[in-house]
Amino acid sequence: MFYREAGDFKTSYPADAATFPIAFDRWRYFLVIGFAFLVVPFIINDYWEKAILLPFLIYALAAIGLNILTGYCGQVSLGTGGFMACGAFACYKLMTAFPDLNIFFIILLSGGITACVGLLFGLPSLRIKGFYLAVATLAAQFFLVWLFNKVPWFYNYSATGQITAPERTIFGVAVTGPESPAWATYLFCLVFVFVFAWVARNLTRGRNGREWMAIRDMDIAAEIIGVNPLKAKLTAFAVSSFYVGLAGALFFSVYLGAAEVGEAFNIDKSFLVLFMIIIGGLGSIFGSFVGAAFMVLLPVLLKNTLVGSLGWPSDLAQHLQLLIVGLLIVGFLIVEPHGLAQLWRLAKEKLRLWPFPH
Amino acid sequence: MDPVVLNTLEVILNGLMAGVMYSLVALGFVLIFKASGIFNYAQGVMALFAALTLVGLQTGQVPFAHLINAIFGTQLHHFGWELPSILAILGSMAVMILFAFLVERYILKHLVNQEPIILFMATIGLAFFMEGFGDLMWGADIKKLDVGLPQGGSFWLEEQTAGWASEGSDYYGMYIDVLDVWATMIAVALVVALTLFSQYTKTGRALRAVADDHQAALSVGISLRAIWVIVWAIAGFVALVAGIMWGAKLGVQFSLSLIALKALPVLMLGGFTSIPGAIVGGLIIGVGEKLFEFAIGPMIGGATENWFAYMLALLFLVFRPQGLFGDKIIERV
Repeated sequence: MFYREAGDFKTSYPADAATFPIAFDRWRYFLVIGFAFLVVPFIINDYWEKAILLPFLIYALAAIGLNILTGYCGQVSLGTGGFMACGAFACYKLMTAFPDLNIFFIILLSGGITACVGLLFGLPSLRIKGFYLAVATLAAQFFLVWLFNKVPWFYNYSATGQITAPERTIFGVAVTGPESPAWATYLFCLVFVFVFAWVARNLTRGRNGREWMAIRDMDIAAEIIGVNPLKAKLTAFAVSSFYVGLAGALFFSVYLGAAEVGEAFNIDKSFLVLFMIIIGGLGSIFGSFVGAAFMVLLPVLLKNTLVGSLGWPSDLAQHLQLLIVGLLIVGFLIVEPHGLAQLWRLAKEKLRLWPFPH
Repeated sequence: MDPVVLNTLEVILNGLMAGVMYSLVALGFVLIFKASGIFNYAQGVMALFAALTLVGLQTGQVPFAHLINAIFGTQLHHFGWELPSILAILGSMAVMILFAFLVERYILKHLVNQEPIILFMATIGLAFFMEGFGDLMWGADIKKLDVGLPQGGSFWLEEQTAGWASEGSDYYGMYIDVLDVWATMIAVALVVALTLFSQYTKTGRALRAVADDHQAALSVGISLRAIWVIVWAIAGFVALVAGIMWGAKLGVQFSLSLIALKALPVLMLGGFTSIPGAIVGGLIIGVGEKLFEFAIGPMIGGATENWFAYMLALLFLVFRPQGLFGDKIIERV
């Protein structure tokens, strides 16, 4: 009834090509953004910040990064954990080497460094395809984690091999370190996620995005119609690693505060982010958000119900969690291989005709 | 002989045998990939699950004891009887066959004609499910697996080789685990059996037909679903053998499922579609990583075994993108 194009006249090309052509969608989007920026910071508490909102935002960023590479460009990567570690360690080195540099730029720079590393590991993708590439990206995962574990320069020769984020402020408010208030860290991450989700959305519908999708759908055909595979694949790797690097830097500096590479950025992280984009929807920015929300909320919910309400031992709850996550993944793939984003699209299609479907 | 030469020889021998152990896992991958084009990430967890079931049956554990205790407040743990190894192995095999049947019935059937990446993700989901299920069924503690295979270093070889070193050097002989030798022999037997099976039996011929061309196989009356059950059952059997070997070596625990990750570079090197490739790839990776760790590892901080195999495979692939023995990639628009 409210959700339809009828009566919504476009008078310019930009209006016609808008991300949200339907007025209802546009207002909903503004409402969500307004709520996230203006309401949540006032009602947030430490539990919501640490358990749900920060991991959600940071994983959403990582998922957008991986979605650009896997969902849009079709290059399956299992090296997300390694690239996140790269962002985290770049952030740590920059934080300790340049104490006066604003943390905002440090995070951006860490993303840039990760993008360079990603480019390097993206080079074989020109020769290696499909599953061979997926396994090849595992080389990045294991090599990077080993490197950060074994070369003391990366963790400033600390005895434990841990990296700890010193306190850094923006406009006088701490956003890293143990003293940072919940609303500040939340807003800090939210700004990054908001800006870069917007950038990603527009990248993927522009020339670059079309090149990536052409490569994904069939790389030889794309080459014949004039897409340069070298450029397309390497930009996808670079942009994707940039996002993942940002996520890694935020994950370490804002969320964890202290990290040990083998624990925080192991192969499970790579799979977790991959699950997010599969469950959320390959090739969809919105899907990255939904997938991240799903994978962050599910363990919290399960733990609360099983351990909190039923009083089962926590190790049992953990096994059950594995089992349920596995079942859900398989179930989702059977019901809707294109993820939650596709369900959302279908729902919207239905809604456009509601209440008179014929 | 110079002790350095002998040490290198020992490293190479150990590497070869470690390689065979990797090949054991890789074999399961290749079988399923050939027959259904599915890259089965759950292979490692299948080995873990098979080994868990074997130990559980052998020692007469009550399945789901932990869960039942949590719900009903009982104190169950063991039935109080022990099965002989051979019966336990047969029992585990039956469980793996049942598992193959269920996987086909509830997962693969619904995912026919999906993209390979979706199928791959489904097997990751399956791996998670089985890991949780196995832990829930048999408990997550580390278990000892003993099916009567000999273990420990070979004293005979140690004594023999101790004399080879040049006079005056303190060389104590080679250390080679007897279990590894057994594993090698079993792996060889397994490969021979699988080759014979696929060359000389009717089912084997059907398997090869499906691997060659799904549609052509369907059109001559081969049941794809039956073949998938058979292939998954065989992969389950290979997983059981790998689980026994690795379980006897490391104990049955969660890290057993990580051997799947070690088998991946082997697959890349040998090619996803070739059984001999899995063996040769395993040997190259095994020797390569042990030699690298022995020669260069100490200089750059050690523990290079984590990533060296991947880097080696990556280098190989840059020159031969389909692996050493993989089918030639033909690309058409």
